[in-house]
Amino acid sequence: MPAGLNRALLTVVGAAVAVVLAIAVCSVAIVVAGGSPIDALAAFFDFGESARAQSNSVATLLNRAVPLFIAGLAVAVGFRMNLFNIGVEGQYRIAAICAAFVGSTFTAPAPIQITVIILVAAAVGGLYALIPAVMKVTRGVNEVISTIMLNYIAIALSAYLLREPFAGERAEGQLNTTTPPLPESGMFPDLNFVFEWFGMLPPTRNGGLWGFLLVAVVLGVVIWVVLERTRFGFNIKASGLNGPAALASGVNPKTMIIAAMMLSGGIAGLIGLPEILGDRGAYTNNFTAGLGFLGIAVALLGRNKPVGIAFAALLFAFLDRAQGALQFADIPASVVTIIQGAIVLLVVVANEVTNRIALRIEERRAAQQLGRNTPVEVAA
Amino acid sequence: MSADTLATARPAVELEGITKRFPGVVANHDICITVQPGTVHAIVGENGAGKSTLMKILYGMQKPDEGTIKINGTEVSFRTPSDAIEVGIGMVHQHFMLADNFTVLENIVLGAEPKRAGRLDTASARRRIIELAETHGLRVDPDKLVEDLGVGDRQRVEILKVLYRGARILILDEPTAVLVPQEVDELFQNLRELKAEGLTVIFISHKLDEVLGIADAITVIRRGTTVASVDPREVTARQLAELMVGSELPTAETRDSTVTDTVALRVSHLTVEADGHHPPPKGVGFAGYAARLREEGKRLLLDDVTFQVRKGEILGIAGVEGNGQSELIEAIMGIRPAHGLVELDGRDISHWSTLKRREAGIGYIPEDRHRQGLLLEASLWENRVLGHQTRKPARRGIWVDRKASKADTQRIIEAYDVRTPSVETLALALSGGNQQKLIVGREMSGDPAFLIAAHPTRGVDVGAQAAIWDHLRNARAAGLAVLLISADLDELIGLSDCIQVIYRGRLVAALDPCEITPEQLGGYMTGAIAGNEEK
Repeated sequence: MPAGLNRALLTVVGAAVAVVLAIAVCSVAIVVAGGSPIDALAAFFDFGESARAQSNSVATLLNRAVPLFIAGLAVAVGFRMNLFNIGVEGQYRIAAICAAFVGSTFTAPAPIQITVIILVAAAVGGLYALIPAVMKVTRGVNEVISTIMLNYIAIALSAYLLREPFAGERAEGQLNTTTPPLPESGMFPDLNFVFEWFGMLPPTRNGGLWGFLLVAVVLGVVIWVVLERTRFGFNIKASGLNGPAALASGVNPKTMIIAAMMLSGGIAGLIGLPEILGDRGAYTNNFTAGLGFLGIAVALLGRNKPVGIAFAALLFAFLDRAQGALQFADIPASVVTIIQGAIVLLVVVANEVTNRIALRIEERRAAQQLGRNTPVEVAA
Repeated sequence: MSADTLATARPAVELEGITKRFPGVVANHDICITVQPGTVHAIVGENGAGKSTLMKILYGMQKPDEGTIKINGTEVSFRTPSDAIEVGIGMVHQHFMLADNFTVLENIVLGAEPKRAGRLDTASARRRIIELAETHGLRVDPDKLVEDLGVGDRQRVEILKVLYRGARILILDEPTAVLVPQEVDELFQNLRELKAEGLTVIFISHKLDEVLGIADAITVIRRGTTVASVDPREVTARQLAELMVGSELPTAETRDSTVTDTVALRVSHLTVEADGHHPPPKGVGFAGYAARLREEGKRLLLDDVTFQVRKGEILGIAGVEGNGQSELIEAIMGIRPAHGLVELDGRDISHWSTLKRREAGIGYIPEDRHRQGLLLEASLWENRVLGHQTRKPARRGIWVDRKASKADTQRIIEAYDVRTPSVETLALALSGGNQQKLIVGREMSGDPAFLIAAHPTRGVDVGAQAAIWDHLRNARAAGLAVLLISADLDELIGLSDCIQVIYRGRLVAALDPCEITPEQLGGYMTGAIAGNEEK
């Protein structure tokens, strides 16, 4: 078996074991909370009675997975070179409100309108991530601290922007503050027709299946290519695996920190767009929060690889979707959070274990194929 | 040693047949040492001879594969350092392990706190510390913060720390490496008092004059095994050096000079400050600034280093580790900022980035391949790309040319006899020798104009060593300029066309390898012989 396939297989087995263990842990939690694990399991797979409800459930799952996937990618780019961008949360919020506002100020043909909105979001996210990057390369400020701090600033700043400069008109009796609505050309076409291919009814809830899914897929492929095939990606990998060796090989660590951080922030900027362009058409004060932090878990779970992150995002979305169903089954919805936490912890452990096993196998294989592994006496 | 009085006493430490293997290498091999109680026993050997591994075994940090350890006549088997502490062994590490923001007292009791009613019993701790300090002549103020202490004081705190835990056998790992001469004298005075109290001291060093000054018995380790046990009163520093490096001359040396007249690399007045790089102030210029630093008595890691390497020449740099070799390499590679001039083929490259220097044809075999030379968790072909990201065959526009890189890795594997299942194998699966051959092959790729070879055969097996030497010789014959830094004196003498000795950041002697013996070289390296005899 080729070495690469071997490693991949081990990873999958490790992840599967971790998920099974997590379910076991949560069954205990559910029993303690007075519920039945069987009911809970049924609730996870209960997509609704009617055909329409089932379509809506599937759409909700995918709509949840898309921003989680993008958030995971954003975090992973930093993680790849041991750069902990905890600031994805702040970056996507500030980017979302700016993009929503800029998008509402003009009207252009849909492709142009949407492209501009996406570019604004990426630019704002990237620039906001540039702050901790510059602080790190010039003054040595730890990016974990600075990005966490910048999160608070971003959250407060976006609340202020929503209230004052970027606020749209509030209709009579409306409690939500929002940015001005996007023109029709700013809304991303939905993908409801896909359901018809499978003989299902198109979903109706929350704008159906968001078309931004396609952008996310393209983004995932592009990031994979950048990380795995380009020289830039090689430098990121080298910096992450062994900083001193990368430095000695001629990689400039400062440039790499700036570039990786801006790329990470730029991707983070897109996290809020599926929701804005697919459903709400504006940034409102009940805009989904917390995606940046979830992205950290998703990236960990996906081992910082786009394909892994896609599976992790789907798994998280699958679990999140069941929150309503769980409550119907008289099980506290926070069980989902427990499962997610348990999975992440166990997968991190499983990764470490499978990694070691894989390395040992590899060492043994190398030794075997060489035929001899007789130690030769030398000065160590 | 006064054998008549000690004949009846059981040895404090007896090591017999200790062998420790790591994948691909044997770090220790059939080591036998007997340490008498109440003595200072020195263990000397070159860097990489296996001293540290041996001490880790004695302190329970590593388990030997074979052999027995006896403490005071009883056989023991340590699983962790706490087992070693239990039987009264204490270790003072080369790098101090103290919490700066704690007081001396707090540092000493840390981990072995005396408690009364669940609270730290400071009074009794202080009493014991003062008592220990007085009986052993180790003056320290228990209430001072460690961050306010000098190096010598810190070391005394470390010694008190192990004494506090009841150690009767002290291991001191290169204790003088960080001390200035006066502090060394003080330390030795302390050690004599400890000895007078009946404690046993195992003293690891490669500074021969110091060893001769303090030790009651000396064991020499070379290439992982004990080669001699000698009485310090009966040997000279030269004889000891000879034992340490081995007097056998290198095999198959090439003496047909291939040195040309073209200078490949010229380094002039290279100076590196110890406390961070500062640009010279305006109007003072670099030379004036360096002179001022010298006047102020600032410590310089590199002090006015000037040399040149011509095409077809191997210039060897000899020196005891830590005398500025690493700084010299890093300054030439552009990793560490330095004052002075570096010229490659007549072009001033002092302000170039590492990348640009590499592109201009500087190859680099780093002294620590795991730290600077390899991505252990990446495949061999990715390691081939490392350092060549911007050059053929690794580069194709913005892409990494995987196919060409793999093909070229295959070429290196064949040409340099790297034993590996495939180019996809992770670098960490290879033995040290094969990893090193891959690095040598990589750095020789792309026609380098100048090669830094730092300890090119450290930790590799004999076969790989010979192969690497051959590659260096062939490259030299083909006109490559090589700067060879090594702790292996045979290697230096056998390969170099000229040897410069570095001592405390200065080049102190230029020697002709044809006329020098390892013992003489050792004398220059340790500062025992000064001056510049053979130019």
